[in-house]
Formats: sequence, C-alpha cells, structure tokens
Amino acid sequence: MVPEADTAADAALLGDLRGVVGDRARDNDFERGLYSRDGSIEGSLPAIVCLPETAAEVAEIVGVCRRHSRPFLARGSGTGLAGGAVPVGRPVVVATAKMDRIIEVDVDNRVAWVEPGVLNLDLSRALTPLGFHFAPDPSSQQVCSLGGNIANNSGGPHCLAYGVTTAHIAALEVVLPSGETTMLGGVDAEPPGLDLRGLFVGSEGTMGIATKAAVRLTPNAPSVRTLLLDFDDVSEGSAAVSAIIAAGLVPSALEMMDQRAIEIVEAFAHAGYPTEAAAVLLVELDGLPGGVSAGVEIIREVAEQYHAGHVRVAADDAERALLWKGRKNAFGAVARIKPDYYLHDTVVPRSRLTEVLDQVYRIADAYDLIAVNVFHAGDGNLHPILAFDRREPGVDERVKAAGRDIVAASIAAGGVLSGEHGIGLEKRDYMGMLFSAHDMYTQDLVRETFDPDGFANPLKVIPSGSRCSDSFHQHVPEGAWV
Amino acid sequence: MSSGTGPAEVSASLAARIDPAVTEFAREVGASDPITVVGTRTHWHVGGELAAGTREIRAPAGVWEHEPSEMTVRCGAATSVGELSAHLAQTGQMIPLDPADDAATVGGVLACGFSGHRRLRYGHVRDLVLQTRHVDATGKVVTAGGPTVKNVSGYDLPRLLVGSLGTLGLLAEVILRTLPVPPAAQWLHGDGDPFAAFDLLYRPSSVLWDGTQAWILLEGDPSDVAAEAARVEPLGFGPTTDAPHVPATGRESMRPSDLRTLAGTGGGWLAEVGVGLVHRVEPVDAGPVAPANAALMTELKQRLDPAGRLNPGRSAW
Ligand SMILES: Cc1cc2nc3c(=O)[nH]c(=O)nc-3n(C[C@H](O)[C@H](O)[C@H](O)COP(=O)(O)OP(=O)(O)OC[C@H]3O[C@@H](n4cnc5c(N)ncnc54)[C@H](O)[C@@H]3O)c2cc1C
Ligand SMILES: Cc1cc2nc3c(=O)[nH]c(=O)nc-3n(C[C@H](O)[C@H](O)[C@H](O)COP(=O)(O)OP(=O)(O)OC[C@H]3O[C@@H](n4cnc5c(N)ncnc54)[C@H](O)[C@@H]3O)c2cc1C
Repeated sequence: MVPEADTAADAALLGDLRGVVGDRARDNDFERGLYSRDGSIEGSLPAIVCLPETAAEVAEIVGVCRRHSRPFLARGSGTGLAGGAVPVGRPVVVATAKMDRIIEVDVDNRVAWVEPGVLNLDLSRALTPLGFHFAPDPSSQQVCSLGGNIANNSGGPHCLAYGVTTAHIAALEVVLPSGETTMLGGVDAEPPGLDLRGLFVGSEGTMGIATKAAVRLTPNAPSVRTLLLDFDDVSEGSAAVSAIIAAGLVPSALEMMDQRAIEIVEAFAHAGYPTEAAAVLLVELDGLPGGVSAGVEIIREVAEQYHAGHVRVAADDAERALLWKGRKNAFGAVARIKPDYYLHDTVVPRSRLTEVLDQVYRIADAYDLIAVNVFHAGDGNLHPILAFDRREPGVDERVKAAGRDIVAASIAAGGVLSGEHGIGLEKRDYMGMLFSAHDMYTQDLVRETFDPDGFANPLKVIPSGSRCSDSFHQHVPEGAWV
Repeated sequence: MSSGTGPAEVSASLAARIDPAVTEFAREVGASDPITVVGTRTHWHVGGELAAGTREIRAPAGVWEHEPSEMTVRCGAATSVGELSAHLAQTGQMIPLDPADDAATVGGVLACGFSGHRRLRYGHVRDLVLQTRHVDATGKVVTAGGPTVKNVSGYDLPRLLVGSLGTLGLLAEVILRTLPVPPAAQWLHGDGDPFAAFDLLYRPSSVLWDGTQAWILLEGDPSDVAAEAARVEPLGFGPTTDAPHVPATGRESMRPSDLRTLAGTGGGWLAEVGVGLVHRVEPVDAGPVAPANAALMTELKQRLDPAGRLNPGRSAW
C-alpha cells in the first residue's frame, strides 16, 4: 500500500522543519529522487530531505517528526546494499552529509571523536601521520560514512584480524526516537550497566540517529607483507584458506577471487593478476617483522601443499597498492560485463566454501545470470555478484529469486544471512530462515524498547507481524507502507 | 526454477540443531518462579544479594563442538574456563577470558561481563561471543547472533546479554571465537614508566602498574618478543617469570589517560594501562548511569522479564 501523498500534511511538516534547518529542509523532486535509493535495487520517495549541521538540529528534527506523526530515516552516503536507507512510509530523511567534522583526535585515549558524516577513508587518512588508522575498511571506504558503518556494523578485508566495527566504537552520542539525546558506552574501560552501545551498533538506524562517536584508533603495523597465490582449482584455493587458519595464522586479510573476477579486475587494474587461474588468494600479514616473516613461510608451505601455481610477494608499497587496487575496485569493474549488478553477502563455515561456491554458480546458471565471486574468504564471507542488464524484461525477479536461493543454500550449510551488509529491507523477510518466530519476537521486544512508536526507520530488519502472537499492532506511524 | 531450500525447511533444520541438554535446561527453568543460575559461585555477590527463596539451577556443561580450522567452539554455559582452555590447548588454541579463578564457568564470566588482563591486546570478552542460546523468562529458548566468525543477522542480543548478570536471560549455550596460542609469551617487570613503555611497544598484551612497579606481557613470535623486550630495557624493564597478583575485589573504570592521576596514591591497586581499569583490594561502587540510559535499561528488563523472576535482587547497574 503506497500512501497517497498528503500535500497539506507535507507542507505543514516542511514549514516546521524549515523552522529548524531553514533551506536545508528540501522537498524538490530532484533531491527526493536522489535520496530515494541506496546501493540496493529497492527504491521509494521520501517526503522531505533534511541536512542538519548539529546534533541539536537532529534532535529538533526528530521532535518535529514526532509531532507530525511522521517516521524519520538516518542516511549517510547511501552505499548500503540491503535497502537500509531506502525510505519507507514517506519519511523525513535525515542526511548526515553536513555533519562531517573530525572533532578531536585523542591519542592519549586512542580514540577519535567524529561526526557521523565523516567518510571512512577520510578518517584513516587524517590518522596516518599520527601512526594510526580506523581498522574497519569496507571496500566502499572512499565514500561510505562512519554513521553508516556504525549502523550496519560494517566489516572489510582487514576485519579478519581486527574485528568488525562494533569492536572499534567506544562511545556513541545518539538522538533516541523519543527525541532525547544521550551518550551510550564511554571512553572509560567499563561503562556501568547494560551494553546499549553494543545493541545500537548494527541496529540499522532503527534505534535512533548517531550524532557523534568515539572510534578506536589502531596502531599502524610496523611490518606488512602482501601475497598473491593462484590456483588451477577453486576447491584447492578454498582448502588453502582453511589450512592457513588451521596453521595458527590470523592474516590481517585473506581474500579470494574467482576466474571471472580475476579477468575483470585485471583488465581494469593491470596488476598482473594471472588471468588463466581458476582462483587467486590475496593474503596480507601484518604486525611485528618476525611474526610476519614466519607467516610468509607458513603460507609458502600451504601454497605448495595445495598446488598453488605461484606465490607472488609484493616487493614494495607500490606493488602492494596495485594488488589491492584490483580487489577494492572489483565491484565497479563488473560494469565491464553487464551494466547492473546485485551484490550478495552471506557467511558460511570456511570448510563449506567450495561446496557453497559451487551452488552459487549453479543457482546463477539456473536463473540465467552471471556470478562473479570476490570475497572475504578468511571469515567465510561470500560476496557473489550477480551481473545483469536491468533492461531485460523480468530480470529483477530472477535476480531476487537467485539471491533468495543463495541465502537459503548458505544457511543450509550452517551459515548466516549477512556478514556485513545487514538485513534492511532486502533480507528482512528471510530472517525466518535463521531465527525462530520466538527469536524474532524477542529481537522486536528489544527494538521496541528504543522505539515503541515505530518512528525510526520503520519496518526494517524484523519482518512485520513478528509479534502477531502477542496481538501486536505494528506501531507504524500512519501512512507507512512496505 | 528454484534450486534452493525454502525458509520453512531451513529453520526447521536449525531448530533441530538445538542440543537436547539446552531443551532440558529450558524445561527446568520453567515459566513461573524466581530463578537463578549458579556457576562456581566465585562472584556470587556481584550486583547485589539474591532474593530469598530463589530456586537455584545449573546450566548445561560440556565442550560440544570444536572445529579447529573454523576457530570457533560451542559449549554449555556451565563449562568451566579451565576445562574449555584445556580442550582448546590440545590444538594450540585459546580464548583469553582470563578469570581470576579457572573454576569459573563460561556463563558466569559472560554474565559478569568482565574482561581479563589481556584485554589491551585481545579486546573485550563480548567481542569473542558469536552466538548465544539463552532461556528467557517464559522458559523458551532464544538464539541470537550466529555460528560463523562474522555475522550481522538481526539485533546484537549477545552483546546485551554479556554483562547483564543473568537478569535478562539465562545462558544455556554459547559459541565463542578462538585464537591461536601465541608461540612465545614473556612477562617483563621493572620500575620504569609504564606509559612510556606502552607508547613504545606495538600492541603489547598487557601493561599493569601498581604506582611504583609495572609488569608488561609480550606475546608473539619469539624474535619479536625478544626485540620488543629490548626496546623497553632502557626504561628499566627486564624479564620475570612471575605474573603480578591482580586484586579481585573492586573494579574502577577510568579513561586510560586518567590513570596518570593515580601516581602517588599509595598501594592496594593494579591498573591496566591503555585500558583504564583499576583493580582494587577494596570494593568500588560502579559509576552512575545517565538517566536516559537507566530508563532504557529498566524498560529492557521490564519487557524481557516483566515479573522480575530472573536473578531477583541482582542488578547490572
Ligand atoms: C561497492 C560497494 C562495496 C561495499 N563493500 C563493503 C564491505 O566491504 N564491507 C561492508 O561492511 N559493507 C560494504 N558495502 C556496504 C556499505 O558501503 C556499508 O554498509 C556502509 O557502512 C554504509 O554506509 P553509508 O554511509 O553509505 O550508509 P547508508 O547506506 O546511508 O545507510 C546504511 C544504514 O545506516 C543507517 N544510518 C546511516 N547513518 C546513520 C546514523 N548517523 N545513525 C543511525 N543510522 C544511520 C541508515 O538508516 C541505513 O539503515 C559496500 C557497498 C558498495 C556499494
Ligand atoms: C572484583 C572483580 C574482579 C573480576 N576480575 C575478573 C577478571 O579479571 N577477569 C574475568 O574474566 N573475570 C573477572 N571477574 C568476573 C569473574 O571472574 C567471573 O565472571 C566469575 O568467575 C563468574 O563465574 P562463576 O561461574 O563463578 O559465576 P557465579 O559466581 O556462580 O555467578 C556470578 C553471576 O553470574 C550469574 N550466572 C552464572 N551463570 C549464568 C548463566 N549461565 N546464565 C546467566 N547468568 C549466570 C549468576 O546468577 C550470578 O549472578 C571479576 C569479578 C569481580 C567481582
């Protein structure tokens, strides 16, 4: 049910929002269009877009939304892939793009205080001269915001050794759906009480809007080695992944690309990837020099044992950067084969990688799509890319059906719905594949604690009706739709 | 054209994975009377005295699944840390829970939510928890998180449960992330400046300071441990075979930079440099919780345990 646009209500709402942020509250078609989509294939128009500059403005915007019984939706850079930032219920989009200050770098406490609109890579660039970085490094790091990273509990290649976003957030200032502002967590060692900070990270904007964060600084490693291993056989590449881990190594990154990915990436990056190989592993080791050298030897042994063709060790930073350039731009490079792509995200136990990859190829074939695999193999995090051409009739349905089958195959292999992109809209209705009705009911009880009236990014994450057993009426503001 | 499994079949297969011992524990918890889980009683009085007449039960115990190449382990919550460590050590793995007493149960350590002395290197215990299975106030099993080393499916209830002192749910089973045992470990000891040492070293495992002396734990490749030790030798640190005694009565939480203010305040404490935790021989009151946060915590308890039957008398804040 798409709500009729209620022009009078929208106009009154806009008037009140203009009272808070002036002409940074906008309702022109161009900007509403711009904020109607994220990186997923879903889309729908918001009523109004606001660009606050301060936390106080965010709090006031939330207050106005409540008075007008209108949901709100926090938005960073819109690179999310699960539809988390897709407007539902003609909400007010609260875009954090103008809240992009690095407020303070506190080396003594090894944290940086940042606003949510700071871009991930901008923070690490600012920290480099001090000898630190922000460890989570999503492949989208040039453009995604820290607020989005926090809301999605994002990962990245280097999270294998350093952990995903939640391990790197000490404190969070948030505007709750009630309009109140509070600080969750703290820079001190053991903030008292329940870990509300841990609950908020990964809640995809459904528990409020983060307006400031203390993110942890990770010291840059004194020694880094990057290796490229190629294999004639995907299953030997996957087995090598398990063998590396079983040997007691925790590489800082352990990424895999299949043949199609290698071809696409090589044509774009000219990094000297072996295009005839069935799979390559990109392995990075970092830390103190002794451990790194010992690790390189272990990897050479594993490579031999699993019949790797070559072991290329990057000679210098330039070669390292070149090897990573291919990996980090792989998604964009897919445009070489088809204009559109749908990027999936599931996790399986490492020991099941070969088998599930095999199923991914079969599923793609069955739906007449092309699958390209570039993924975080070290933690079993698959990222099948389904390349397609949106102009083909009926292709959207095929892409979605294939996605559903990939999720089902991953879960059947003992995996989970998402490793880093989140649930959002895209996987909301698949939650029942992993969780029982009572599990979801419990999650919804917890969400409701923060947002009993369903103002914050409503109808995401948990399927509607999770609380039917409790004669629960989804507390969705009037006019919301799915 | 579908080539996969449907949601119904998949979740049915997940339900089938619930261990019979967990189902039995849920039956024992039931749905009506005040109830608590007893671990090893090493920290039985944390968070207040248990209300009289509360029924005491035990969680299931045992290491149920450990696949070394997955670096994960599934165990009953009443498994002792000692038993779990011994099991993992057979394949060169560990979980740095580091309770003061190895007899403590995994469920008790997670319910208290206190990290051990190697937090500086390995992070907080909650970052090691991948999946929890708890029994809620209605006697039903709830699974949250997931079995894989990486997962963002649904809300992060495991992080909420860690540190909740059994007041929101009773832990039955957990899946934890394991780590390789480092090839070498060396304690250093001396009367040098621990803050200067911390700044010099690359990710030491622990830097502990009692106001006059400091202890540093280095872990890693033997050549790195030796090289790092040499870097802090000029500051007055040399090898020792003895780890310091960590007082286990009071825990005071500070910002790491504020630890410096402890200089000259006498003895009876040991501080974790870089972390901000001060272990004291006297009890310490936890700091105040901001009103908006206290309201949320109260509301969470109210929604998850409306009758207040879980660990009555105890509070996590
Ligand atoms: C090419 C490509 C590669 C990618 N690679 C990775 C990867 O390696 N790892 C990974 O984890 N992800 C990856 N992503 C997904 C995406 O970039 C991340 O999820 C990112 O963190 C989203 O940030 P954003 O600023 O774009 O957020 P948005 O898309 O704007 O929003 C995402 C969610 O966060 C919420 N949100 C945003 N800001 C706030 C705030 N201040 N307070 C509360 N909620 C907020 C939104 O409501 C929404 O639910 C990739 C995406 C693309 C397109
Ligand atoms: C001052 C102080 C310092 C400490 N320092 C450290 C430290 O450095 N490192 C460290 O790891 N720990 C530390 N702890 C915590 C402590 O070591 C463990 O958490 C403790 O040993 C709990 O284990 P137990 O089995 O003895 O639990 P018990 O003492 O039996 O129980 C403790 C509490 O946990 C609840 N509980 C037990 N099992 C469950 C379950 N399955 N589900 C739900 N609730 C349950 C109990 O009901 C009780 O409220 C410290 C504690 C204190 C008070």
